[in-house]
Amino acid sequence: MRVAAGVLGLLVVAALLANVIAPLDDTAVDLDRVLNGPSAAHLMGTDEVGRDLATRVLHGMRVSLTIAVLAALAAVAFGTLVGAVAGTMGGRVDTVVMRFTDVAASQNHLLFGILLVVLFRPALGGAGAVMLAIGLTHWPSLARIVRGELMSVRERPFISASVGGGASRWRLARRHYLPHLMPAVGLAFVLTVPHAIFHESAYSFLGLGLPAHQASLGNILNDGQRSLLAGGWWIALFPGLAILVAAMTIGTLAEYWREHLHPRWRSELEL
Amino acid sequence: MLKLILRRLAVLPLILLAVATVTFVLTEISPFDPVEAYVGAENNVSPQRKAEIAHAWGFDQPLPERFGRWIGNLAQGDMGNSVIAGGQPVAAEIASRAGASIALVGGALALVLVGGLVFGVLAAAFRGTFFDWLVRTMCYFNTAAPSFWVGLLALYLFSIELGWLPAGGSSDPRAIEAAGVDFEHLILPMVVLSLTGYAWFTLFVRNTLLEVLREDHVQFARAQGIGEVAVLLRYALPNALIPFVTLVGTHLAELIGGTILIEKIFGWPGLGLLTFNAAVNEDIPLIVGITLCGCVLVVLGNLLADVLYRVMDPRVREALR
Repeated sequence: MRVAAGVLGLLVVAALLANVIAPLDDTAVDLDRVLNGPSAAHLMGTDEVGRDLATRVLHGMRVSLTIAVLAALAAVAFGTLVGAVAGTMGGRVDTVVMRFTDVAASQNHLLFGILLVVLFRPALGGAGAVMLAIGLTHWPSLARIVRGELMSVRERPFISASVGGGASRWRLARRHYLPHLMPAVGLAFVLTVPHAIFHESAYSFLGLGLPAHQASLGNILNDGQRSLLAGGWWIALFPGLAILVAAMTIGTLAEYWREHLHPRWRSELEL
Repeated sequence: MLKLILRRLAVLPLILLAVATVTFVLTEISPFDPVEAYVGAENNVSPQRKAEIAHAWGFDQPLPERFGRWIGNLAQGDMGNSVIAGGQPVAAEIASRAGASIALVGGALALVLVGGLVFGVLAAAFRGTFFDWLVRTMCYFNTAAPSFWVGLLALYLFSIELGWLPAGGSSDPRAIEAAGVDFEHLILPMVVLSLTGYAWFTLFVRNTLLEVLREDHVQFARAQGIGEVAVLLRYALPNALIPFVTLVGTHLAELIGGTILIEKIFGWPGLGLLTFNAAVNEDIPLIVGITLCGCVLVVLGNLLADVLYRVMDPRVREALR
């Protein structure tokens, strides 16, 4: 748990300080050093046009982590909103909203996301479209959690007491519902981040995300496939390792947090 | 049981209608212009010609009419025409690729089930030992590692470096009978596609088994002097298998998404590669068609899981009567 936190902290700091640690230009082409293996000068080697891979992976990590966190935030915000509407309105609104959620949940994330990316790339750009696609495919499980939590908290005596005491709806939402929801929503956010990293890199790997010259973990992996035949295994290895380490450390921390919150609670997120 | 199946199948058109409506709304509000995408980089196309293309595709008609036509055509199984396939019907394109994908997904699913069951049971039997630790570590690795990254590394190691397995395609183009499907070409994509699911299933079987092993009836069987192997396989495993089958249906959907990445890496000519080509060339009708088919498969997968659940667990059957 401490190790995971430390490693994740290192990754985030390295990504944030990408410009300081790796001052080389991540798009600088050097045709004298094409497809060099890892060495002291180039820790992770160079790619098919001689760009320094370590620099590109650091920059790519920053781009990918930023997109993933923003996309996960969007998914969580949308899911919370939908769940809150269903959970507080109840009745027919609840039925309609939850059936809609079922339909959304019966979509394959990646497939539906691809449709969204292709449709909205012209307007939002690659990064924006990827965020939208991740946000709009990862909310149903969260909407269900939020709705369930709200349903259960509404039955508690302290809510009746509060209503009896003349509390307004706004006060109920702010003082009772929101604090009750925060742990579950926060945990869901953390658990969504690795998914978002995976999806961002998947879209970029398919050539649908960010522009090809821009460093993102998925884009570098896409370059990696082209370089494999020329023997350039390191180009595929390192960006994937970054994804793996980020996903594993975030997963470990989330697991620890979950056990802390709900010792007997099973994940409702489709992980 | 029959009632359940019929009821669920009756809901299927409604779900498809909802998905079709959502996709229609999305294409309407998106700034994506199909005519511009079709014309592409050619800038010598006159506005008049563009208007003619738009007219031929029916884009000049009012919104309700277009929506009605889209739904009406869908009801007859007409999902429009694909741009990349030179105007061939989307349904025919999907049908022509389905076989390759069924082989890949079916093979991967079989590997997931058998692998998950065997390693899950073994890890539970040898819980706390080095073997258990090894299996679990491999599983945690596979759940966190992106499948396409593992695919790239496997492609490099087994095809390029070691040369044991072919790198891509469905058959050797140099062979005389190049049209057939060569099993050798299926191995790598199938194994890589199954890895993530295999990891989840193994961990799942192991954990469920360990939970069941703590129950009273297992304790009772042990007290009767029944050997540990028989206790594990005959008393604990059947109970642990019940939640296992419900995962099969939901996992089918995950595998379908995975094929897009895996088929791109290995050039396996199935629906995943078709999706990839459609996405790169912005062939909206084809992507929408595949999305709708994927939706049908997800619903059928969940139905299959529910049916299996009732078949396997008499308690659920009784409770629902």
